[in-house]
Amino acid sequence: MQYYAPKSFSEAIEISMEAKGITRFLAGGTDVLVQLRADILTPEVLIDIKKIPEVGDILQNSDGSWRIGAAVPGAQLNEHKDLKAQWPGVVEAMDLIGSTQVQGRATLVGNLCNGSPAADSVPALIAAGASVTIISPNGSRDVSVEDIPHSPGKTTLEKGELISAVNLPKRNTNGGDAYLRLIPRTEMDIAVVGCGINLSVKEGLVSDARVSLGAVTAKVILVKEAADAIIGTSLDDKALTALSLAASAACKPINDKRGTIEYRTHVAGVLAKRAAQIAYKRARS
Amino acid sequence: MALDDQSKPYFKFVGTRPKRPDGIDKVTGRAKFGADSYAAGMLHGAIVRSPHAHARIKSIDTSEAEALKGVKAVVTRADFSKDIKFTSGKDSEHWNVLENVMADEKVLYDGHALAAIAATSALIARDAVKLVKVEYEILSHVTDVDEAMAIGAPVIRKGASDKSVPSGLHENVVSYYESGHGDVETGFTEADLIIEESFKTEATHQGYIEPHACLASLGSDGKGELWCTTQGHFSFQKVCAALLGLETSQLRVTASEIGGGFGGKTTVFIEPVALALSRKTNRPVKIVMSRSEVFRATGPTASTSMDIKIGMKKDGTITAGQGTFRLQGGAFPGAPGGMTAMCAFAPYALKNVHQIGYSVMSNRPKQAAYRAPGSPMAAFAVESVIDALCKKLDLDPIEVRLKNASRKGTKASYGPTFEEIGLVECLETAKSHSHYKAPLKKGQGRGISCGFWFNFGGETAVSLALSEDGTVQISVGTPDIGGSRASIALMAAEELGIPYDHIRCTVADTATLGYNEISHGSRVTYATGLATIKAARDAINKLCKRAAEKWGIPEEAVKWEDGHAVPSGPNAGDFEPLSLKNISEKMGKTGGPIVGHFEANPEGAGVSFATHIVDAEVDPETGKTQILRYTVIQDAGKAIHPSYVEGQFQGGAAQGIGWALNEEYIYGSDGRLQNAGFLDYRIPLASDLPMIDTVIVEVPNPGHPYGVRGVGETSICPPLAAIANAVSQAAGVRLTELPMSPPSILAALKAE
Ligand SMILES: Cc1cc2nc3c(=O)[nH]c(=O)nc-3n(C[C@H](O)[C@H](O)[C@H](O)COP(=O)(O)OP(=O)(O)OC[C@H]3O[C@@H](n4cnc5c(N)ncnc54)[C@H](O)[C@@H]3O)c2cc1C
Repeated sequence: MQYYAPKSFSEAIEISMEAKGITRFLAGGTDVLVQLRADILTPEVLIDIKKIPEVGDILQNSDGSWRIGAAVPGAQLNEHKDLKAQWPGVVEAMDLIGSTQVQGRATLVGNLCNGSPAADSVPALIAAGASVTIISPNGSRDVSVEDIPHSPGKTTLEKGELISAVNLPKRNTNGGDAYLRLIPRTEMDIAVVGCGINLSVKEGLVSDARVSLGAVTAKVILVKEAADAIIGTSLDDKALTALSLAASAACKPINDKRGTIEYRTHVAGVLAKRAAQIAYKRARS
Repeated sequence: MALDDQSKPYFKFVGTRPKRPDGIDKVTGRAKFGADSYAAGMLHGAIVRSPHAHARIKSIDTSEAEALKGVKAVVTRADFSKDIKFTSGKDSEHWNVLENVMADEKVLYDGHALAAIAATSALIARDAVKLVKVEYEILSHVTDVDEAMAIGAPVIRKGASDKSVPSGLHENVVSYYESGHGDVETGFTEADLIIEESFKTEATHQGYIEPHACLASLGSDGKGELWCTTQGHFSFQKVCAALLGLETSQLRVTASEIGGGFGGKTTVFIEPVALALSRKTNRPVKIVMSRSEVFRATGPTASTSMDIKIGMKKDGTITAGQGTFRLQGGAFPGAPGGMTAMCAFAPYALKNVHQIGYSVMSNRPKQAAYRAPGSPMAAFAVESVIDALCKKLDLDPIEVRLKNASRKGTKASYGPTFEEIGLVECLETAKSHSHYKAPLKKGQGRGISCGFWFNFGGETAVSLALSEDGTVQISVGTPDIGGSRASIALMAAEELGIPYDHIRCTVADTATLGYNEISHGSRVTYATGLATIKAARDAINKLCKRAAEKWGIPEEAVKWEDGHAVPSGPNAGDFEPLSLKNISEKMGKTGGPIVGHFEANPEGAGVSFATHIVDAEVDPETGKTQILRYTVIQDAGKAIHPSYVEGQFQGGAAQGIGWALNEEYIYGSDGRLQNAGFLDYRIPLASDLPMIDTVIVEVPNPGHPYGVRGVGETSICPPLAAIANAVSQAAGVRLTELPMSPPSILAALKAE
């Protein structure tokens, strides 16, 4: 195994283009190193991105949008007062990951690129309308987060491409977001279902919304029908029921050790309802 | 065993709460656990395991593995004793252990060991494992207990059943137990209400944090050393010697500090393998299991299927109780079908009772003891039915249990007559506890359950040596799995009359003491404690003799009082008291070392009972349960070190919460274990648990000088039932299968 710690993105890309065999970028390592030690996957080439300048920075742009470096750990997001006040759903979703020790390392980008349909921060990012900046041999481009997951363990990134940062839009004054997951215990577990919702409220009515579900299909999804069910409503019982049904209808889960098809489908509806109520309350406060 | 002296009215040291002697080492990282032993020239072992639930081994090709640089040896079954022969039932225990340690012709479960490799590094050994080519003929398998007993189920091993099994049963039923008294049919006709229900529980793992680990060194001369994490190094010495064809005394075994066992470290797995590899390479060999190996190949508890029928009168009198208990014990005999049946109705004085237990084999790992083996599952079934009867008849669950409770003189459901027992005291304490009276909100439920365990004595040897500076070292042969060194030192302090801090208690190796039974059966504070008291008294006799010689008076004229030899009365003469130190500092010149001994087989381990109260809340939309409040009330006989008694109570409740709500062995249709790790095998986290309150009840055990009863196991007997009763009330539907995970609760709610 070869370990590299490049000092720039271009150097990182060069190494990855030339790498032979299984290659992994190393952000926090809380997926990569765990898989290595458990003998699940041993990379030939490890490219640590933490030595690249600015990967550890959280910046607010002049237009109010946010740029979160690829190696920013959960703990740092959680301690950032302004970011947390504006995007509580995103920060809380990331904060659900692992323990205090894991929080000191785990990143949004790692969570996204590990490709798990149950990744906790991803539904919150998708609901928030976040994008990532991809750097490739041909330059850089921004891509919506929902276009990154491909299938369990796989992303749409090509060889030689890496993510330099996560971009969150400016938080509008009448918006709010929330993320909820179901796990059988209180922490340290993989979501059986996850649901992220971001919405805006005008004069008591939901003016726009994005609903995203995790762990109910082969990748995290954006569910337009669920958003449509609440747009234009005051989130009354009828709207909540419609939201719940739309969320359940979008589920194509599997039976596995973590939950049954029936269970995941039902709980997706329950969490959508509950997350919407939290986001609505946040939008109005 | 006759005991001349009963409980002391007053204790000076017993009942206090000093720090445990291993505490600082454990929190600073200085303590040496199983994986902390190293030796010069040491090799690392790794084990080749079956990916199949049931298969015939057609061939094992190790040539590629052996060719890998750094690989020093490969062992298979051929490297173990050929003198161990298969017979039926548990008589063949050495054969069963050997077959589990290293498969011969067939692999019997996913994870079954079939070869092992020693290499110069752990990584090389791990890689070499992947190079071993095994050709299998896959056989049909069975992992469910009811399916394993059904006609047509694949036979795990022909001829394994013992003589207790009636004809006509499937060959996978390897043992049968039946007992009771009265006539249940008559009893049922006297009942106003009869409830009959079936229950199932999944296998759960003991979940100790420290994986199995050992370091072995064995020469071609048959002399060896083994350092390992174990609940019983004397037993490991005996079994390893047999499996390797050694003389027992030529193998010295030292127990490390132990990171939890709960019954799961009472049997060998990797130790004989490390010894075999060491013998073949003439180098020390270390093996440390991964967590996945721990789950796949070490003992979980048995899974069960149970049928219960209980009849009750309108006033709460139980007229008859009947239970059938089927225990799945993996691919070997030994599932505690009999003990489960024996424990089931033990808390109750029943006129008519009948119980049947089956031990059944399947394609799963060999079950191992897990705190009170069988009793928690039996209580789950029986106490759930009692709860249902109370609800239907609108009776208070504690009053009903009090009305039927076993007391001194009750003929137990499993035969003997109880001596002094503390069940009524536990129930009365529960009834008057503030928890029992606290209001509940909508969506919450409260559950009650009683639990019973036999407790055990067993072979025990203790030696207590005085030092010249007046301090004392105690050597015991029972690994400390719950703070026992502190309790033992307290009992010695009490007898000798010297401070706790002047005593050091050590778990000695197998060359130092006579045979000591494993630390199991909640026996250590009882049996090693009793032996320590007796050894201290032996030392005191010797101290008094030295004083008598110095004073020139008869031995009988000297007594021991508060740490000093004193004349026994005015007629004995007038001498200055001699402290332990006064005597021991001169012992070299007054007759040599002073050592107290005790070796015996104490048989007065008193049975013990507990009552648990638990409040739970169920989210009706997700089926998720939260445990809100928990109170453990248990008879300890006499709490030597109350903090460590409370720790045992809380630990039992915590493990019970995991077992009841989320822990389970999940097998795929291919017979492979799906959740061999702590991510998907869900033990409770600290944040899942409420503060667990404890009340220590003390009804002295007449079989111990201070009244001690074992406390380590009884605490896990009531939780499954108490939690099921609370959850059933909160959810509004009776739950009859464990674990009560969110999907299973939601499914039950939807089925209503
Ligand atoms: C104890 C524990 C608990 C956990 N609990 C949770 C949980 O509750 N919820 C949850 O969702 N996850 C959980 N995880 C998984 C893990 O912590 C998260 O997925 C985490 O966000 C991964 O981030 P990382 O920076 O550590 O990723 P890494 O391990 O560094 O990388 C993960 C993947 O992303 C790729 N990658 C990293 N950086 C880049 C980049 N810049 N560009 C392209 N690809 C990149 C890597 O090559 C790798 O494939 C847990 C892990 C542990 C060990």
